[in-house]
Amino acid sequence: MSRILDFGRLSALLVKEFIQMRRDRITFGMMLGVPLMQLVLFGFAINNDPKALPAALLALSQDHYSRAVVSALENTGYYRFDHIVRTAGEAEALMASGEVVFVVTIPSDFARRVDRGQNPEILIEADATDPSVASGAISTLGTVASQALVRERGTSPDAAEQAAQLQVVVHRRYNPEGISQYNIVPGLLGVILQMTMVMMTSIALTRERERGTMENLLAMPATPLEIMLGKVLPYLVVGAVQVAVILGASKALFGIPFVGSVILLLFAVLIFVSALVLLGYSFSTFARTQMQALQLTVFFFLPSILLSGFMFPFRGMPDWAQWIGETFPLTHFLRVIRAVMLKGAALPEVAFEMGILALFILIYAGIALLRFRRTLD
Amino acid sequence: MNAIDVHGLVKRYGDKTVVNDVSMTVRKGEIVGFLGPNGSGKTTTIRIMCGLLTPDEGHGTVLGYDLRREGLLIKREVGYMTQRFSFYEDLTIAENLAFVARLYKLSPVKDYVDRTLADLGLSSRRNQLAGTLSGGWKQRLALAACIMHKPKLLMLDEPTAGVDPKARRDFWDEIHYLAGDGLTVLVSTHYMDEAERCHRISYISYGTMLATGTVDEVVRDAGLTTYLVDGPKLERLAKELRDRPGVEQVAPFGASLHVVGSDEALLKSSLADLSTREGVSVRRGETSLEDVFIQFMAKSKDNMQ
Repeated sequence: MSRILDFGRLSALLVKEFIQMRRDRITFGMMLGVPLMQLVLFGFAINNDPKALPAALLALSQDHYSRAVVSALENTGYYRFDHIVRTAGEAEALMASGEVVFVVTIPSDFARRVDRGQNPEILIEADATDPSVASGAISTLGTVASQALVRERGTSPDAAEQAAQLQVVVHRRYNPEGISQYNIVPGLLGVILQMTMVMMTSIALTRERERGTMENLLAMPATPLEIMLGKVLPYLVVGAVQVAVILGASKALFGIPFVGSVILLLFAVLIFVSALVLLGYSFSTFARTQMQALQLTVFFFLPSILLSGFMFPFRGMPDWAQWIGETFPLTHFLRVIRAVMLKGAALPEVAFEMGILALFILIYAGIALLRFRRTLD
Repeated sequence: MNAIDVHGLVKRYGDKTVVNDVSMTVRKGEIVGFLGPNGSGKTTTIRIMCGLLTPDEGHGTVLGYDLRREGLLIKREVGYMTQRFSFYEDLTIAENLAFVARLYKLSPVKDYVDRTLADLGLSSRRNQLAGTLSGGWKQRLALAACIMHKPKLLMLDEPTAGVDPKARRDFWDEIHYLAGDGLTVLVSTHYMDEAERCHRISYISYGTMLATGTVDEVVRDAGLTTYLVDGPKLERLAKELRDRPGVEQVAPFGASLHVVGSDEALLKSSLADLSTREGVSVRRGETSLEDVFIQFMAKSKDNMQ
């Protein structure tokens, strides 16, 4: 018994382990705080049947039938008409930039056709880059719109029959077959870059500190900016290789269409990767050991993957979760890469999101330089 | 102008004062030994003076640059050798030297690296990883790397810990050679023989500077009297002497005991009866630097309590 398992010796090991656990505050906090936070965050935030999706209304006639259909759509809870537009071009731009998920077009002769019983039509265009987002909204569409028309025209059987002839034309834009890989694979580029870039750079300074080389580095005449750039720039090269591999594979293995500008995409990737390496570097100014740096990375990684719109529809989350999601570079990068690769968006449509990505560079570099100590204090 | 001229340095960590009102003056071309027990604040003081730590209080200049405001300028002209080997173990010897040469903007890099390797006698091992070097070689490499940019002031933090006597002697020959060329050296050490190789020494204990001067001055100023006691059964004798009035230290050195006290008359009378004993002899001896330091340590411990 005591040869293989002696409880005195075992308890010595256990006590030592618990003492060390308690000393490492960050680890301890992660073990207790993180699971609870994640449970609350993800439990409430994630929703596979997103409601109140932003939509644009292009109503070429202002009549009571149109209004009836629109309010019926809003009553389903799936649509939220944020934008009333006048031209198809405006609607197109809103969709390309990802500001709306649906464009509902009611033609100018809608009311006349309803009155005459001439197969009235409405057109619903859905952004199908993420096929799961629009599916619920589209499936309830036909019945709801027809019933609204029936109510509006009165209860005569004749009227009901005519109204039932309402044709709802659905266009699944950018991804007519609803292939989910079109959505996932470009997103994976962002996720993979985020994981490797942040992880590699988060140990940048802690490794110097743990190996004792930090003291010497600080004693030599290198400025904080030089040390920061020296630490992160090599990973831009690593990132470039990853981008080439992933984009090549997404074309070759998954046949992902690439309709936008490659130059624009690479420019966006450059901004994104710069933000990531600086984020990782600023982690390394907080962490005291490499272990803590990796924990910080994971702590950042999980919410950003779940709340960025990579795994679950961003628009389906409650507002507070969307606000949290906005604070992750990945969220903005996903919008840019999906817009450019799948929708062929040009610079003006993604400029805002790219500007936000650039803002992350400034914020993270600022944090890192403020946190960085030229001294060992 | 003095190479180091600092006054009233104070450094606290929480409620612990690690460096307490330390002042230090080192003239150009001087080799100053920095002594004191473990944890006395030597490393912290050195780090403050080469700009790695900011003092909570105090001011002064290093090489004429302001200690608080001109850290980067100080770093350019100071060579600092850390206590622990702090070059990159996963870089080769030549790569480490090239890295240092580039940081100090030495040009052409190749010439500096080649010359340093030749001086070290490491030309044939230039592509060996620095981590595979023995302790003595690591120390030589570190010294070579921190004098490559021709600093005006060299700060060495226990450079010879764990190095064999031959390497230690070579190391000190090198230090004296460099000082002959006008380099100022501040070196911390635990070894008494190394302290005696310095032009001047400073003794720090529990953050407070206790003595400064040449070895002779420090020994003289300590005002200690030492008697050498020879005889049979030294261990029993030592135990007996420790409790006598005026006896502050009793330490065996080979076949005799060093008996040290600061009150000469009291010590003399306490030892008076010994010479009547069979086989025991008492004579005046030289007080050594070590005796002085042990005295300092005992005294500053009293002050702490």
